[in-house]
Amino acid sequence: MIIPMRKMKVNQKGIIKSVSARGELGKRIRDMGILPGSEFMIIGKAPLYDPVALKLTGFTLTLRNSEADYITCEVDKEENNG
Amino acid sequence: MAKKNIVVAVAGQPNCGKSTVFNMLTGSTARVGNYPGITVDRMEGYWKNDDYKIKFVDLPGTYSLTSYSLEEVVARKVIVDERPDVILCMLDATALERSLYLAIQLIEIGIPVVIGMNMMDEVKSEGILIDTAKLIAKLKLPIIECIARRNKGIPEIINAIIDIYENKNKESLNLNISYGADIDPALDKMEALIKEKEFLKTKCLPSRWIAVKYMEGDKDLIITGQKEDKNFSDSLEEIVKIVEKHTEKTLKTYPEALISDYRYGYIRSILKDGVIKRPEAFRRNISEAIDKIVTHRFFGPLIMLGVLYLLFWVTFNLGAYPQELLQSSFAWAGNIASYGITNELLQSLIVSGIIDGVGAVLSFAPLILIMFAMLCFLEDLGYMARVAYMLDRIFRLFGLHGASVMPFIVAGGIPGGCAVPGVMTARTLKSPKERIATILTAPFMVCGAKTTVYLMLSETFFTGYETIVMLLLTIASWFFALIVSLCLRRTVLKGEPTAFIMELPPYRMPTVYGIFTHTWDRVWQFVKKAGTVIFAVSIIMWFFMTFPRVPETSLNEKSGASSVSTQSIEYNNEHDALKYSIAGRFGSFLEPLTKYAGFDWQVNIALIGGFAAKEVFLSTLSTAYSMGSNDPDSDSKSSDLFKQRLLADLNWTIPAIISLFLFMLLYAPCLTTVVNIAKETNWHWAIWGTVGSLIFSFILSVAVYQVLIRFY
Repeated sequence: MIIPMRKMKVNQKGIIKSVSARGELGKRIRDMGILPGSEFMIIGKAPLYDPVALKLTGFTLTLRNSEADYITCEVDKEENNG
Repeated sequence: MAKKNIVVAVAGQPNCGKSTVFNMLTGSTARVGNYPGITVDRMEGYWKNDDYKIKFVDLPGTYSLTSYSLEEVVARKVIVDERPDVILCMLDATALERSLYLAIQLIEIGIPVVIGMNMMDEVKSEGILIDTAKLIAKLKLPIIECIARRNKGIPEIINAIIDIYENKNKESLNLNISYGADIDPALDKMEALIKEKEFLKTKCLPSRWIAVKYMEGDKDLIITGQKEDKNFSDSLEEIVKIVEKHTEKTLKTYPEALISDYRYGYIRSILKDGVIKRPEAFRRNISEAIDKIVTHRFFGPLIMLGVLYLLFWVTFNLGAYPQELLQSSFAWAGNIASYGITNELLQSLIVSGIIDGVGAVLSFAPLILIMFAMLCFLEDLGYMARVAYMLDRIFRLFGLHGASVMPFIVAGGIPGGCAVPGVMTARTLKSPKERIATILTAPFMVCGAKTTVYLMLSETFFTGYETIVMLLLTIASWFFALIVSLCLRRTVLKGEPTAFIMELPPYRMPTVYGIFTHTWDRVWQFVKKAGTVIFAVSIIMWFFMTFPRVPETSLNEKSGASSVSTQSIEYNNEHDALKYSIAGRFGSFLEPLTKYAGFDWQVNIALIGGFAAKEVFLSTLSTAYSMGSNDPDSDSKSSDLFKQRLLADLNWTIPAIISLFLFMLLYAPCLTTVVNIAKETNWHWAIWGTVGSLIFSFILSVAVYQVLIRFY
């Protein structure tokens, strides 16, 4: 199932499907290691639920929900329900 | 035999331990400079033996090598313009895939690369297996395993650099990554054209690399290209446009994104076949366990408050001793000078002008040293990134960034800070607009110097309510800083918020050496820059407050007239001398205007003096109120007398005091801060910010005063 990253919950795992941001934002998202095919897990949200922290292979990034909107992810259905 | 000189650029992504490696390689020879015109530090250092002298240039930490951020442009400029003999690229082995992304781009430039694979201890403790021999075979580059903080792998890096330098002509490495069927043909075509035209030949760059950069739409390189040959550059861009249209239609993407996807694809192909084996992908590590508490919804902000409190507590408790020591040694120096110099005017210049002025500023150096050491510690530890993460949501409402919080707090978000280190702390902000907004509003905070003024005045006029007054002032400072930021970001600093995307580095214990060098560097810059400027301004302020002098005859007349108390004559003389001076005349000249805000000429002079340094406000005011003593706290009697005089003066009404408090809070950063703002941004912003604050605060004070006097 493909959903936008914003909809994901803490501790949910996923695989990046697409990054639709362009220009500088798109470049930064890619340069920092978020790109189609990367596996990741949401590991936390800031006290006001934004930004989110996600763990990729070997490092942890934070990004705002408004930036997460440009990213879609493949997630397991069961995990989404559970 | 003459030594061989080798120039090495040290590159690496942020948080890969690059500066530790740099320190280990260069030891005490490291020197910090600035790249001209920008605030990115340039570090250089040497390593030498009998045969070689290796110069290391530390590049700013960047994730990539495009030309979006300042750091990237600087890193690229050093590599392209200075043509180092070798590039040392440090990798964080725990994030090998992403670290290689920068390494690949460095290799593409065609300068020999030595790779240092750092953090091998963490690799081991996390249970990751890396087959270095296999990786060397695939990349065909020297790769050295290191644990920089324990000095492991450093001699091997030196050997590898010398080795690759001596053999660099024998085998030239040509890394031609395939960027897919949509882009490769166009790149081939462009490469051939560039070769034929000898385009940008003076830069010694591989034609393929130039082609790739054009394909990525790299602004910096395209501008350079256009300067050399506009028509040819345009023809290359034409080819890129065709590819763009094609990829947009068939793949709904654009060349730059494709190139980066293929680079990662290349890295993945290198790392398969067991080069790297990770245990279960998302095993929780120690940093995450710590973050569960440190960034917890409830405990996170509490811990943050605790850390901030501790920061200030330590600074002011520990810093008080060296500060007092410095202050008393300046007082001692002043005394010596007073006795030693007989010429009255020269004595006044040296004692009241230079020693008092420079001393007031330099005595802040210990506080800055301690505060910076602790901030460096928190930064290197990785805690600052967590603070930015937690507070970003709130700061974004005001057009700022999560990382704006530290500059605000250091500047006096909790009363007692100092705007100078506050402005310097804003360096952690990578986005220029948010950074300028932060730098311009951070001086609104209640710094230590303002605190002394507020305490003195509230003791006098609001006896018993000092704490509440300070609390209200602190709230007011945050309120105005945030509101003005918002206004700036909506007007002159208009623009979309810059991307927040940021790394949460794993918690790592900082090295003592790293903190020491960082801190020393900043403090020295403060002492040097502030010292020279303050020195000059002290003399200027002294001049304005001393000249022109009251003619001897009129002084004599006065002293002749009253023979009651010699002391009171002295007071009167000082009072008259000040009023007669340029500063006094200027204060009186402004009175017709400032009376709308409730300020008389004495306050005007004190405020002008306070521009040099806020604590000067008190000493100037006491002089203006015929007090003789420069420091109202030095003698409790004179201090009480000063208060009584203030209370007796009918100009000091409640509306006038409130108006003055507000004006004091906002009117202008002190001179040292202005100089630092100019250094961190440019003079345009420094002057604009000062004049802007002045006008804004004056209008506000007038409005408040005019409203309040209707009620009192």
